[in-house]
Amino acid sequence: MKHLLSTENLSLANAIRILDTAEEMAAVGDREVKKLPALRGRTVVNLFFEDSTRTRISFEAAAKRLSADVINFAARGSSVSKGESLKDTAQTLSAMGADAVVIRHWASGAPHRLAATDWIDAAVINAGDGTHEHPTQALLDAFTMRRHWARLAGTGSEGADLKGMRVAIAGDVLHSRVARSNVWLLRTLGAEVTLVAPPTLLPIGVEKWPCKISYNMDETLEQGVDAVMMLRVQGERMNASFFPSTREYSRRWGFDDNRLKALDTLGMKDTIIMHPGPMNRGLEISAAAADSPRSTVLAQVRNGVSVRMAALYLLLSGDTREPAATPALAYAGTHSTKESN
Amino acid sequence: MTSVTSAPVPARVVLSQADIDRALTRIAHEILEANKGSQDLVLLGIPRRGYPLALRLAEKIAAADSTVDAAAIVGQLDVTMFRDDLSHQGTRPPYPTKLPRTGIDNKVVVLIDDVLYSGRTIRAALDALIDLGRPRIVRLAVLIDRGHRELPIRADHVGKNLPTSSAEKVRVRLAETDTAPGGSPVNEVVIEGRS
Repeated sequence: MKHLLSTENLSLANAIRILDTAEEMAAVGDREVKKLPALRGRTVVNLFFEDSTRTRISFEAAAKRLSADVINFAARGSSVSKGESLKDTAQTLSAMGADAVVIRHWASGAPHRLAATDWIDAAVINAGDGTHEHPTQALLDAFTMRRHWARLAGTGSEGADLKGMRVAIAGDVLHSRVARSNVWLLRTLGAEVTLVAPPTLLPIGVEKWPCKISYNMDETLEQGVDAVMMLRVQGERMNASFFPSTREYSRRWGFDDNRLKALDTLGMKDTIIMHPGPMNRGLEISAAAADSPRSTVLAQVRNGVSVRMAALYLLLSGDTREPAATPALAYAGTHSTKESN
Repeated sequence: MTSVTSAPVPARVVLSQADIDRALTRIAHEILEANKGSQDLVLLGIPRRGYPLALRLAEKIAAADSTVDAAAIVGQLDVTMFRDDLSHQGTRPPYPTKLPRTGIDNKVVVLIDDVLYSGRTIRAALDALIDLGRPRIVRLAVLIDRGHRELPIRADHVGKNLPTSSAEKVRVRLAETDTAPGGSPVNEVVIEGRS
């Protein structure tokens, strides 16, 4: 793995490896010294062409906990607002010696462009590109689900996948890169995904995705789910009328107090409610649902730092081979690894 | 991971299962003797093979001193993130760090590893330890000391001093971590390569 661009091409072995590493990174947050020296002397650039608070802060915290130097670059107030191209920006960063670029861009495919060209010789991490992918968000969601799933099964989450877990992803799928990344990753991990949305908020070609489609929130809940992921209604990307009114959206597609009660009456006491944030309280999720013990919103934020630490560590600690060729997995315990002692 | 030398040389067993067991029994008593009892003792194994060795040592210490609860004094200390060769080696996935419930502040921490070679793992372990707390004393116990130190580090308790050439490989195989190739016995220390 050199770059982390999408979850569509992420192999099961690599996904599990990132999640397992994140599990160890999570332990650092509980320690007295919340810092590891693993990426000392490496430079991570946060290249954000689009507004973001939690993703940027999360990446910044992750890089700093690994002792990397962090340079924050926001398009606003930089030369980009004077018309500098992505290529020139990238080459400038390259000349400054960036080891990793965390990029968020309004154009789908911008991170791929950065990774495929020779503009910059750094690891590229996609932190959200247009309406395409947001792989670290999907990984942190999967991490949160895996911990929950393993706790229910009474086993450790190390090495586990999500086989048999029923996940409903509900809301504005059309504009959601989170939904796309989650569908691919959850399929790889063995979960059953159902997308729940009004037909106007589903993209063209969604029937070819490896998931089920539902237009009815209540039916989906009645069929039983282990996790409900509510997506944010992306008002800033709504350039047409996708639903009649926010009130109607909230009633038919939102996770309101009635649906929260329905989970109890349907006997799904272990179903969790997820949201990638930022939440529109009262629109796609009610305050009661967001603050209920089922809500994993804050756990997701916490896990975000661990997952991003894992991604940065695995990309920057110097291996370009697939996991099958790495010592830890290939050795599988038959030989000593003491040569490097 | 260096590749195995061109001409296949039969592996020579230097410690059998019984030898390992005797060495660990002696180290367990040495640890108790050096510490004048089991007071404040914490054993931290370094993954992968240091941890099962730490568990075995704790069992032996508990057998010698009935006031000791073996499970309560053992922990695992991962040093991956503290290594000085992270940017030269392939990516190493980290192992869990598990400390005994009592923590390590003001304790007598005995680091345990299978083979002491360059000493760089132990340097990393000392750095990792300091980020977790402040032990009163840190000691080092290893099953094999094969020489070739690159840092001013020495072990307090050694199972066997094994003079080697750096072209040789010392392989520790433990029942807890290793499945023997071809059904040969585990729980042994072998030396491979030209002698």
